[in-house]
Amino acid sequence: MSQYVTFTLDGRLYGIDVIRVQEALRSHTRTRVPLAPATIAGLVNLRGQVVLTIDLRIRLGLPGRPDLDEPMMVVVQIAGEAISLLVDEIGDVVDVGPASFETPPDTLDAAVRPLIRGAHKLDDGLLLVLDVDEVVAA
Amino acid sequence: MEDIDEIVREFLVESYENLDQLDRDLVALEKSPGSREYLSSIFRTIHTIKGTSGFLAFGRLERVTHVGENLLVELRDGVRSMDQRTTDVLLRMTDCVREILTHIEADGSEGEVPIDSVIEAVDAIRNGVVPDEVVEAPVAVVQNAPVEAAVPVPKKIGSRAPRTDKVAAAAATSAVIGAPALPEIEPEPVAAPTPTVTTGSTTVQPLVPTQTGAPAAEQLSDEVVTGLRGAADTSIRVDVDLLDALMRQVGELVLTRNQISRLATGTDDVDLSRSAQRLNLIAGELQEGVMKTRMQPIEHVWSKMPRIVRDLAAACKREVHLEMTGGDTELDRGLLEAVKDPLTHLVRNAVDHGIEPAEERVAAGKPAKGVLTLRAYHSGGQVVVEVADDGRGVDTDRVAAKALEKGLRTVEQLDAASHPDLLQLLFVPGFSTAAAVTNVSGRGVGMDVVRTKVEAIGGTVDIDSTLGVGTVWRLRIPLTLAIMPALTVECSGDLYAVPQINLLELVALDGQRSGSGIEYVHSAPVYRLRGDLLPLVSLAGALGLEQDTHDRDQTSVIAVVQADQQRFGLLVDRVLNTEEIVVKPLSSRLRSIGVYAGATVLGDGRVALILDVQAIARRAIVGDLETVSSEARRRAQRAVERPAEVEQMLVVRVGERAVAMPLASVARLEHLRAEHLELVGGREVVRYRGSILPLARLGALLGSYSEPSPNGELLVVVFTRGTRSAGLVVDKILDIVDDDVAQHSDIEDHGLLGSTVLGDRVTELLNVREAILMADASFYDATLDTTDAQGASDLVGALR
Repeated sequence: MSQYVTFTLDGRLYGIDVIRVQEALRSHTRTRVPLAPATIAGLVNLRGQVVLTIDLRIRLGLPGRPDLDEPMMVVVQIAGEAISLLVDEIGDVVDVGPASFETPPDTLDAAVRPLIRGAHKLDDGLLLVLDVDEVVAA
Repeated sequence: MEDIDEIVREFLVESYENLDQLDRDLVALEKSPGSREYLSSIFRTIHTIKGTSGFLAFGRLERVTHVGENLLVELRDGVRSMDQRTTDVLLRMTDCVREILTHIEADGSEGEVPIDSVIEAVDAIRNGVVPDEVVEAPVAVVQNAPVEAAVPVPKKIGSRAPRTDKVAAAAATSAVIGAPALPEIEPEPVAAPTPTVTTGSTTVQPLVPTQTGAPAAEQLSDEVVTGLRGAADTSIRVDVDLLDALMRQVGELVLTRNQISRLATGTDDVDLSRSAQRLNLIAGELQEGVMKTRMQPIEHVWSKMPRIVRDLAAACKREVHLEMTGGDTELDRGLLEAVKDPLTHLVRNAVDHGIEPAEERVAAGKPAKGVLTLRAYHSGGQVVVEVADDGRGVDTDRVAAKALEKGLRTVEQLDAASHPDLLQLLFVPGFSTAAAVTNVSGRGVGMDVVRTKVEAIGGTVDIDSTLGVGTVWRLRIPLTLAIMPALTVECSGDLYAVPQINLLELVALDGQRSGSGIEYVHSAPVYRLRGDLLPLVSLAGALGLEQDTHDRDQTSVIAVVQADQQRFGLLVDRVLNTEEIVVKPLSSRLRSIGVYAGATVLGDGRVALILDVQAIARRAIVGDLETVSSEARRRAQRAVERPAEVEQMLVVRVGERAVAMPLASVARLEHLRAEHLELVGGREVVRYRGSILPLARLGALLGSYSEPSPNGELLVVVFTRGTRSAGLVVDKILDIVDDDVAQHSDIEDHGLLGSTVLGDRVTELLNVREAILMADASFYDATLDTTDAQGASDLVGALR
């Protein structure tokens, strides 16, 4: 059995291994970083720590978030460093078995391919499993 | 098992420390061979390691230290005196010990570190097997007079505590080595050397008989009591990680304090503001205290220097005296670690390149022994570390020549460069003046690496050098990394922190005047700061931020900053205030951008990026310089190529003919009054600049008629070679044109070399040499020194 923290991006359901997730919270004021890659949404002050924020929509090549929508943050641990991921909405933590898992189809865009490990077939749709290390890789 | 590991670790930590001390003591001992203080200290160190390694069953380590100790006993007992070879061997032994320790640290075992050669070397010394110099007293007696057990091994770990006679005596019976103990050495050391020598097969006088006959043991214990490591009793070892964690937490506390202070200033709550003040005070003191715990005297780094200098001086055949002052100046531990390499590099450099060989020094009227001075002191919230030598200094001419050769700068740039500017070239990547690559330095990685490393910790490097007198390298290092004062500025709606260390001054541009305050040199904005033009860099521009509001008036403050000796103005929208900021490391994903030194959390909880002013300077200014220099390189290349094809020619009219001569050979054009002409032996001359200038009429030479000029003026082309000058009288200067050598035809005539097409006209090429010889037959006779290569270029077609 695997446990995933789920969230939505542009109406789709994504999941990250629960062990990698430190916390999920409302978004903070971000300080933009000029000259940084577009995926970097800025720096936030997370209880005194300066944490890098990555906009998952941009990272996954999805359309930008409507200005009015308040994004949420999923903070993950990468090699001891906390990194926050901007998502649309936080969902439940779901338990899924290996039986429902399938690797991504060959037709998946090559740019996104390394980021998505595969999909769990849930009753009400697909849960796309993200490879966190790839997602935050520069 | 855990306990054993703990013991081993403690042993390692302590041994490393002791070995550093040992290096220092050995080098010091070599200088003052009679010093019992150093000898005892060395002896104690080796002895402790030997004892502990025996206890922990590190056999190899024990064997190495054992033979070393044997040698030391002889030294201590005055059987032999310290000389360079002995020092070499002892240092080798130290290195071997260190190697074994490293191995133990790595995998808990001694590994296969070769020890036999070291043991042999030590034994060779002791047995007096000296192939080259037999002046040494061959103490072939040691086999008979075992002195190994002079001071026996106390079987306890980390015996930093003073050892007393009692301990020594008590342990004397349990000497590890199995050699017959000579307990009488302890109470009666004077006796010790005597048997050692006399029982020998050869009658040998020890070079230095027992020093003052002082009883070694007593003195030993005395010294230990007042000892070098007396501080051990009042200090404890603390894990560095713990200190780092403490420092971080204090950083957080300072941030919180900033926030509370900000809140408190906004209220009328007296209690709150009183508490805030109190918090302010306590947090400040705590911060200072914790910072102090991380402070270490710079001696920790310097302790390695005597050894380095000694080895290096020997390798480079230099005589160097090392002086160190201010070793107790304290620096944050992390910073100390960071300056270790740069400092070592500078020291190596000073010995290798700075200080001349003895004979050269004597020839220059300096003492044969060079002095290398390390000096550390506090100055303006920074620690200054100087590495000064009294060597040959930096030859800026050579530096300039090198920079030119490598295409780093152009001739014009070099001509305009001041002495300090030229010295700065040493820091340019890829620059190295070392004529020969030695083992020590001159591999092309040099001062730029030093600079990069020092700047990485927020410090700076300067050089000051006088040719023939010496060189001073000056490192300025902040006291601590974690917390620093900074100026917060606003730019395009975001806040940025500018480290105070880079900041020189702030210039507020008047709202109305701001348009006129900034001027442009072509496209580069500049500001007249007290009469000098200050180059400006727009922060928004440097960060690639679109100034959407594009209100020029909004840019209202110039932060004058200094980076790499380069002063420039950073244009920002607004200056907020200065505060103590806690530097947070930047995510590695952002570090590669290179413009930010870190991030920080401001008093209001906002995150602000800390600007790396040096990097911005390089981006904005040096970046331009590089394009300039590559442009210059291209131009220089063209200049090199050009003489083969194109040459600038001065075209004059003589009568009806146009005649060309290479411009490079022409010194000057002059108008002279015809009535000033005088005759000397049938030749026309004129007094010109205090000497006599012989003249020749070009028209006469070429056989063409030239009309005397109506206004009585003569136009003279003056050629100069060395101190001699000669003039050719022409009718008119027509033009200066580029001559394509490829178009030359070789139709020769009297006084001509040929003809060429210049500006769509066939023009004759003057044989300048022939023409001048007509004016002054001995013009080319005088031999010139090579600096005046002009003479060679008088011929048409010759290279400039």
